[in-house]
Amino acid sequence: MADASLGSQAAAKWRKKRGSLIMALHEIQDVKGYVDWSDAVELAENMDVPLARIYEVLTFYNFFKLKAPGKAVISVCTGTACYLKGNDKVLEKFKSELGIDEGESTADGMFHLQCVRCVGCCGLAPVCVVNGKTYGRMTPENVPVILNEWREVFKEN
Amino acid sequence: MVNLKIDNIPVEVEDGKSILDAARKANVNIPTLCKHPDVNPSAGCGMCIVKVGGRIMRSCCTPAAEGMEVITNDAELGEIRKTVLELILSNHPNSCLTCARNGECELQDMASQMGVRSEEIRKILSAESIDDSSKAIVLEPAKCIVCGRCVEICQNTQNVWALSYLHRGMATKITGANDTKLGDSPCIKCGQCAAHCPTGAITDYDTTNQVWNLLKDKELVTVVQIAPAVRVALGEEFGFDFGSNLTGKIYAALRKLGFAKVFDTNFGADLTIIEEATEFVRRFKENDNLPMFTSCCPAWVDYMEKYYPEMLPHLSSCKSPHEMVGAIAKTYYAQKLGIDAAKIKVVSVMPCTAKKWEIARDETMSSSGYQDVDVVITTRELAKMIKQNGIDFASLAEEEADNPLGEYSGAATIFGVSGGVMTAALRTAFFYITGQELGNLCFGPIVGLDAVKMAEVDIMGTKVRIAVVNGVGNAEQVLEEIKTAQANGEELPYHFVEVMACPGGCIAGGGQPKVMGAEFNKPWGINDKIRKLRSKGLNCEDEKATNRLSHHNDSIKKLYSDFLGEAGGEKAHHLLHTKYQKRPLYK
Repeated sequence: MADASLGSQAAAKWRKKRGSLIMALHEIQDVKGYVDWSDAVELAENMDVPLARIYEVLTFYNFFKLKAPGKAVISVCTGTACYLKGNDKVLEKFKSELGIDEGESTADGMFHLQCVRCVGCCGLAPVCVVNGKTYGRMTPENVPVILNEWREVFKEN
Repeated sequence: MVNLKIDNIPVEVEDGKSILDAARKANVNIPTLCKHPDVNPSAGCGMCIVKVGGRIMRSCCTPAAEGMEVITNDAELGEIRKTVLELILSNHPNSCLTCARNGECELQDMASQMGVRSEEIRKILSAESIDDSSKAIVLEPAKCIVCGRCVEICQNTQNVWALSYLHRGMATKITGANDTKLGDSPCIKCGQCAAHCPTGAITDYDTTNQVWNLLKDKELVTVVQIAPAVRVALGEEFGFDFGSNLTGKIYAALRKLGFAKVFDTNFGADLTIIEEATEFVRRFKENDNLPMFTSCCPAWVDYMEKYYPEMLPHLSSCKSPHEMVGAIAKTYYAQKLGIDAAKIKVVSVMPCTAKKWEIARDETMSSSGYQDVDVVITTRELAKMIKQNGIDFASLAEEEADNPLGEYSGAATIFGVSGGVMTAALRTAFFYITGQELGNLCFGPIVGLDAVKMAEVDIMGTKVRIAVVNGVGNAEQVLEEIKTAQANGEELPYHFVEVMACPGGCIAGGGQPKVMGAEFNKPWGINDKIRKLRSKGLNCEDEKATNRLSHHNDSIKKLYSDFLGEAGGEKAHHLLHTKYQKRPLYK
């Protein structure tokens, strides 16, 4: 039930500030990685915001996740520079290697694949970021190497 | 005030009005698919574009400004509008022939008006499945043009928050929170979404086939009743003026359709008043859970059960009028005619989609030993049945209802309009308390379309404070006012509160016709002008009625003396009253 109290904690903090629903949702996602039904229901009750409105916000912004993402979050930059330098092919390789589409997680809960627009190091284009670690000058051939690297990380844990 | 020119026509509008408002005032028609008089503009469809100083803008959400010169129509605007419409059509299925809104669809009408003759844009259709889980309202996402009227109505007007926008852009869909089916959502089935939907994306749950099946079965005695509000709206489907009271023709049409007996829910309304006024007088004297709330509106009852369960003891325990008629038809009437109650089937024609849900809301809806009302169809569905059978409605000679479940007073007929139930109940409550009749039978302040109407009625020196809530979205303020007074130990602001979930009352219910009229050049279905005309239709009948008091309905008196016994007594309680339960917002 530790998760269930997240909603009420976030609500207690943000309830009095008008228009702060997004901040409360951020807070939940920061801690837990996603916002699920029970969080949203609790937030609705404690912030006095209709559940329907909460899901309007949750689904409007790509940033919010409704399900637990994979342990390793792969962000493929599809900003202009990275895209032109061939990150579309890198993205396709990730999809085929993992058997998932963008915005999805693998069934084993290991990987989550998402697209982002510019991570601020276009000089290294095309760029991917996995759990904060940046990989520059990506090629489709690098993809299995990176995946194996992270499989090893989680095996050790 | 702001002065501007629309297509060179000078027009003056109040500050804050849009260019579209100004154009309508100047009798200039600008095509729209999303803007409805009942809702704020959503700027969703893009059809209402106009030119101001060479710039193209949406007239629904651009405020009229001093000295503005607006062009609403030229070849370029026409071409752009047509393209916008073609884009909307590229996401809309071509299933008009079998659509529930065929012939009264704003999109179909627009496509016809704009002369769309081919489809150049590749079609992308939604694969979302139909949601008929509420068994009252059907959501068909593929037909949604995301105009946003239903969301505006559900969230802002009705304050129910069952419908919402999920996702965005092409993926936008209108549904419950986290894709909840309507039947598992806070939906109260008022049907105002369906009443405002421009296409067939939200319609009533069609039960006409169930009625045809009953009528085919010659072993059965299928009886029918019509709600007060049906009589002043059905005619719109057959070319009559808005608000025409066509009770006699409707009775005739129902007999032609094959119903064995034609009853009137107004009889049930008089019966409701006897029970409800008796209950109010007792509760008033005993100070028992005041204020008392009316309970005729199933959408309001559903709202209370979901949103204010702690206040359920305030609801009158009276069933709604058509449920009372159902219970009496399968007991008293069955005995009187010596018919096996199992063979009697009751069909209710209602202006309402929530009534479809009400008939099975709990076991008290089967007080006769059978489900008291078997099928509910809306006014729209009755119109379809009449058309389906080729009945020439306009030329039908007027007929009478079958007695004894057909007699009614003027007090009963105004049940269909906001303030009517309260008025009818007070007329009888006054008589019960004082033994005298009210001098003035109407309470001016509670008539009309204001959100919350209040009055104080002097009953032999005792002040009875009443409130009439017009539209369930306005109930929260009254409920909170009462709760605050209770919490602070202050004197209660009201003794008796009427709530009808639909703005205007049942006359503008979710199941009422949505047709085009000469003075309304779009099938908007409902607006305040239509609300007023239909209300007038019912109020006129009351004013002209020879008996305007429920307690003087002779058939009702006989029902009590022959069968029910005392008003509010044990038998009456078993057949005519219900109970309430807390229901979750989401299942």
